[in-house]
Amino acid sequence: MRAIALVAGAVFRESVRDRVPYSMVVFAVLLMAASYLISQMTAGQDLKIVKDLGLAAIAIFGLLIAVFIGIGLVSKEVERKSIYGLLSKPISRPQFILGKFAGLMLTLLVNIAAMSVAFYGVLWLMQLVNPGVELAARAPATDPRLLIAIGLILVELAVVTALAVFFSTFSSPLLATLMTIGLWVAGHFNADLRHFEKVIDNDAIAWLARVLYYVLPNLAPFDIKAEVVHGLPVTLRHVVLTVAYAVVYTGVLLTAAVAVFRRRDFK
Amino acid sequence: MAAIETANLTKDFLVGFWRPRPYRALDGLSLSVESGEVFGFLGPNGAGKSTTLKLLLQLIYPTTGSAHILGKPVGDVEVRRRIGFLAENPYYYDYLTAEEVLTYFGRLCGISAADAPRRVSAILDAVGLGAERRLKLRQFSKGMLQRVGLAQALIHDPEVVFLDEPMSGLDPLGRRHVRDLILRLRAKGTTVFFSSHILSDAETLCSRVGIMAQGRLVASGRVSELVAFELKGWELVASGVSDELRAELEPRVQALHPLTHGRYTIQIAANRRPEEVMTELTGRGARVESLNPMRDTLEDYFVRQIGAANPRETASV
Repeated sequence: MRAIALVAGAVFRESVRDRVPYSMVVFAVLLMAASYLISQMTAGQDLKIVKDLGLAAIAIFGLLIAVFIGIGLVSKEVERKSIYGLLSKPISRPQFILGKFAGLMLTLLVNIAAMSVAFYGVLWLMQLVNPGVELAARAPATDPRLLIAIGLILVELAVVTALAVFFSTFSSPLLATLMTIGLWVAGHFNADLRHFEKVIDNDAIAWLARVLYYVLPNLAPFDIKAEVVHGLPVTLRHVVLTVAYAVVYTGVLLTAAVAVFRRRDFK
Repeated sequence: MAAIETANLTKDFLVGFWRPRPYRALDGLSLSVESGEVFGFLGPNGAGKSTTLKLLLQLIYPTTGSAHILGKPVGDVEVRRRIGFLAENPYYYDYLTAEEVLTYFGRLCGISAADAPRRVSAILDAVGLGAERRLKLRQFSKGMLQRVGLAQALIHDPEVVFLDEPMSGLDPLGRRHVRDLILRLRAKGTTVFFSSHILSDAETLCSRVGIMAQGRLVASGRVSELVAFELKGWELVASGVSDELRAELEPRVQALHPLTHGRYTIQIAANRRPEEVMTELTGRGARVESLNPMRDTLEDYFVRQIGAANPRETASV
């Protein structure tokens, strides 16, 4: 556990000094600019639009961090051979993988927390400048339920990070990036595969679609932005089941990553 | 007890994309390095030195055979607490400082958080990076990274140290620094296993050497056992040698080569007395600058061994 924590700490320290601060700055600037422009152009819907935009920005920037840093966590170490120094220390290969994953999750947590603070700050300012802004929306400006949506974005990013780490244990950085982003996109449309037999009259393809539905990550349930922004209900059951699914899926991916990494030769 | 022991250690790599076939990088290496020895692992590029080191650190897995360090199988994670490793051309983390990287590696080796700052400071001073401790590694030169690599290999005071080409990328001062460091380790009783193709370093530092060629250990033993130190002749450097004197001497000596500024290297056979040539030179206005015996070196032995294993390679040496 100590070795995992030490690796995670090093990943966090390096990531914070690397790209993460820049993405946060870009995010904050985009959000501020967009909210200002939108509040000038729309009547009544500006709060919903800013909430939509803010949550989408958190999800996209989080995804970029998870994919690009996640891929580099393992493949960069192997490519630059820094892994030689690390694995010659008393640390097992599973500890290395779990430490890398935990470090990136910590980075994502801090980054998303910082973006959320900026997000709530903008919403609070909008409310302050125009107290009537809440009237057109069903939910208050600084709605605490936004945190549930942000929380599920973070949980979804755990699955994405595990995918990135898994692919980077055996493929090139470019291929791992393409596969991770491809699965993220597929994961958001995965639900369509479940009822594929209704649109296609071929048993084999329908069976294949059903298999893919269970194998590919199902990421649509993590997206509750629309419900939260429009003040629609989100059940506790949905949140708990979605988190449980993420835990199991991430666990399976990390187990597979460890199994591949354990056998690997570092030439 | 042997500090390092390998038995029939063999490694095949698959090469080729469509029809992969095995390529034997290491072939049945059986080796034993005693505790407290400085062992030089020598060989040309591609001889299997780095492959052996990677097998000993379990960065790669053997095809057959076994390896033990301090009596434990190399797969035992705990034994790595007692060993240090410097990879060839080491690379660490761009955005961390030397101090942070060493604290990280030191703590992985079991150094407590309270003890880490003192140990990091001491090892950075020992490798000559005391003033650069707070610089990020992306600002470091190749030689400085090599020193960070040495520091991380030694921070936890290991019993066995593996160094892969430790002099690579270092300037003459840096090489001297590393040589002194290895001598200090030897004095302390640390086992040092280092790979190199700089033979003069091996000759000065090692208690024993092993010579690799084409994945095989072609010779091993004490330098004094491998290299016959009998006299092969004399080498004399003289200046102010006239053309007439040169013409007279040339048929009577083994070889005579011109140097710069009218100086000459004169090689005299072992069965002749160099004093005779010296007297003649000084008597006819020339000046003797130096006289040295010529003996077999580790380099001569090395070239012969590599030549026997691969005649084509020595033809190009």
